[in-house]
Amino acid sequence: MTTVPPALVAAAAAFPEVEFESVLGDTVARASRDDVVGLLETVRDAGFELFIDLCAVDYLSRNPRFDIAINVVSVSQSLRLRVLVGIPGTDPQMPTVSSVYPGSNFYEREAFDLFGIEFSDHPDMTRILLPDDWEGHPLRKDVSVGSVPVQFKGANKAR
Amino acid sequence: MSNPPDLVPGEPDVPSEDRSSPESESRRSVHDLWLSGTEAPRELGPFTDEGAQEMLAGESPELLASQTGTLVDDDYEAPSRSADDELQIINMGPQHPATHGVLRLHLELDGETIRRVKPIIGYLHTGMEKTAEALTFMQGSTNVTRMDYLSPLHNELGYSLAVEKLLEVEVPPRAAAIRVLMSELNRIASHLLWCATSGFDIGALSMMIYGLRERESLLEFFEKTTGLRMNHNYIRPGGVAADLPPDWREDMVSIIAIVEAGLADYVTLLLGNPIFIERTRGVGILTHDECLAYGVTGPVARASGVDYDVRKVFPYSGFEQYDFEVPITTNGDVYDRFLIRFEEIRQSIRIVKQVMETIPEGDYRTEDRKVTPPPRARIDESMEALIHHFKIFTEGFKVPAGETYQAVESSRGELGMYLVSDGGSKPWRLHVRGPSFANVQSLPMMLADSLIADTVAALASADPVMGDVDR
Amino acid sequence: MARPSSSPNLVTAVLDKAVHWAQTRSMWPASFGLACCAIEMMATGAAHNDLSRFGMEVFRASPRQADLMIVAGRVSQKMAPVLRQVYDQMADPKWVIAMGACASSGGMFNNYALVQGVDQVVPVDIYVPGCPPGPQSLMHGILSLQEGIKAGEIVR
Repeated sequence: MTTVPPALVAAAAAFPEVEFESVLGDTVARASRDDVVGLLETVRDAGFELFIDLCAVDYLSRNPRFDIAINVVSVSQSLRLRVLVGIPGTDPQMPTVSSVYPGSNFYEREAFDLFGIEFSDHPDMTRILLPDDWEGHPLRKDVSVGSVPVQFKGANKAR
Repeated sequence: MSNPPDLVPGEPDVPSEDRSSPESESRRSVHDLWLSGTEAPRELGPFTDEGAQEMLAGESPELLASQTGTLVDDDYEAPSRSADDELQIINMGPQHPATHGVLRLHLELDGETIRRVKPIIGYLHTGMEKTAEALTFMQGSTNVTRMDYLSPLHNELGYSLAVEKLLEVEVPPRAAAIRVLMSELNRIASHLLWCATSGFDIGALSMMIYGLRERESLLEFFEKTTGLRMNHNYIRPGGVAADLPPDWREDMVSIIAIVEAGLADYVTLLLGNPIFIERTRGVGILTHDECLAYGVTGPVARASGVDYDVRKVFPYSGFEQYDFEVPITTNGDVYDRFLIRFEEIRQSIRIVKQVMETIPEGDYRTEDRKVTPPPRARIDESMEALIHHFKIFTEGFKVPAGETYQAVESSRGELGMYLVSDGGSKPWRLHVRGPSFANVQSLPMMLADSLIADTVAALASADPVMGDVDR
Repeated sequence: MARPSSSPNLVTAVLDKAVHWAQTRSMWPASFGLACCAIEMMATGAAHNDLSRFGMEVFRASPRQADLMIVAGRVSQKMAPVLRQVYDQMADPKWVIAMGACASSGGMFNNYALVQGVDQVVPVDIYVPGCPPGPQSLMHGILSLQEGIKAGEIVR
C-alpha cells in the first residue's frame, strides 16, 4: 500500500479492506459496494466536501463487469480522491451515494440511464438523458453505436 | 500503473456483433427511420410527454427536498396558502428564448412564487461519449470540442492533457504557453458571449450586440490561427495543430484594446444601472455549503465564497508560472456573478499579456513521432516519416492501458475528463464531467421561494451550456 | 396549400410575383437554436453580419408569429417530437432551413442519439453545410431561400 495522504489516514484505518494506491499522481481507493457509503461519509468529514463526479465504466470481459468512479476534492487541503467500486454484471446495483453527497443525484440517474446500474434508495431513479420510454442502455459495450447507412435522399431522383 | 483487475490489455472482449457495421442492429426503438416523401411515422406528433422524468404531483419527501432546494440548507419558507389545487405546474422550454439552449424546467407556482423546480434535461443528448469510443485518440478532439461549444478549446485541452497523462508524454514549453494563451482567449470569448446573452435575457437588449461585437475580434484571431471560428480541433494530444501566425502579437494588442474598451462600456451600462441592480441583487442565492455538496464550481461557486479554481489548486499546462488572481465574493447572488466574470476577463487579459512577454521559442508539438505526425515535407524524404504518418492517421497511436482523471478550469467551472484506455488506439471509455451538469442541479436551490421573474436572471447567471449537460 | 408558380393569366402572375416578393422581405425566424450552430446564428444576427438588413432581426420566440424555422444544431431523439410540434404550430406559409451538418444529415454523430437529418421530421427547403457554418454561409443560405421564393421555385 502506498503512502496515504494524512487527511485519509483515519479513513484508511477505519476501512481496512479498502485499497489505497497512487495512479499517475492521483490517489485512488478501491472499495466494495458495502463499504463505499461509509467510506465516503468518513472522507467527507475528513475535509473532502466538494463532490465532483460519479461515472460508470463497462469493462465487458472483466469480473466485476462495471466500475463506478467517484471523484471528490478537498478544497481546504488541495487534494483529489477517486473511489472505484466494482459492480458485477449479473447484479448491477449499488447503494446510493446521494445521502452523502446530494450532488450525485443526477450523476446516478445518468449511470442508470446509460448503463443500467440501479442505485437503491435513490429518490428518483428514472432516466435523465434519453426519452422515458427508451429501451436498452446504450453505453454498455455490448450495444452498438447505432450508426445507420448514410442516405443520399435526392441522388436517384431526376431533377 | 494500476490495471483494473483481470482486464487483458489490447483485447477488449467485444462479442461478434461488429460495432462498425452499419447493418448491425441499432437500438432506436422510439422513432423509426423513415425517408422523406414516404408515409409519416407513427406518434411523432404531439408526443412531448416525458413520463416519469417530469415533475409529478405527489413526490417522496427526499425528492421534494431536492426540488425545493432544502437538502443542504433548510431555508425554505413554507407559504401560508398551501392548498394543492391552488398550485400550478408550469412548463418552461425546451424551446424558449431564455433557457440558454434546450433546457426544460418544470416550475410549481403558488401565484408568482416558485415552490418547486425540476430541470428536465437530455434534449441535446448526442451520445458523444459513445462516439468517442469509435474515434481514435487523435480524432477525439473533434468530438470533445463540441460538448461545451462556448469554450471548445478548454474541452480539447482537458482531453489532450488526459491522453498525454496516459502516454506519459511531455509537451514542449512553447506548446504549453500557446495552450494557455488560447484557453484564456477562449475564456474571454465565452464570458463576452455570456454577458451578451445574460444582458439580453435580463432586458438590456443592446448587450447582445455589444458582447457579440467584441467577441468577433477574438473569433477572427481564432480563425486565423486554428482555421475555424468555433469548434477548432486545435489542441491535440502532443501539442497544438499549428504554430501561432507571425503577427500574433499585434493581434493581441488590438484584441486587448477592443475588449477593455467594451468592458468599460458594459460596466457603465450594467453595473451601476438601478434596474439591473434591482433585478440581480439578492436573486438566485446559493450558499457556500450548497455549492460544495452539489459540486458547483466555477464563477457560480466563487460568487458564494468557495475558493476553488483548478488553475490555482491543481495547476496544468504551466499555469503556475503566470501571475493572476482569482476573484471571490461572498454574497452568492446574480450581481456577484456578473462582477466575478467581468473581473475574470480582466485577469485573463493579464495572463495573455504575460504570455506575450514570456513565451519561449521552440516546437509547437512534441517530437515523439509515435504521437505527432511528422511535418508534411519530411514525408517525401523519409520512408519512416511516411509510415508514421500513415499509421497515425489510419490506425491511430496506441495509448497504454490505464485510467486517469484530468481537470481544467473552463469558463463554467471544473471540466474533467475521465479517460480509460485498454492499450488500443481508441479510448475504452471517455467520460466528461461537464461543469454545467452540476450547475443545473443547483437551480432548485437558487429558485425556490423566489418570484418567477427571477428565473431568467438566475438561470442566465448559472451559465449552463446544454452541450456540456447532455453531451 | 401549393400554388402553381406559373399562372395562366397576366394579372395573377403579377400578383404572384408581388406576393412572393412580400414574403421574402420580412421573414421572421422562429428561434430554434439548439447547439453550436445557434451561436453562429446569433453572430449572424449581431453587428458584424447583420441579418436585419434583410428584414430578419426579429427572432420570434413564439412559432405562431414566425415564418422561417432555422434548425440550428443537433436534434436528439428526445427533441424530435418537440421540433415537430413547434413546426406544426407555425402558420403557413412557412419554410425550414437545416443549418449545419447535424441538422442536414446527423453530422459527425452517426449514432443512436441523434435524428440523422432533420428532414426526417420536418420538410426542409435549404440545407446549409458547415460545422458550424459561418455567418456568411448562413446568410448565403437565407438569401438563396429568398431568391428561390421570389423565383417561384420554392412554393408553399
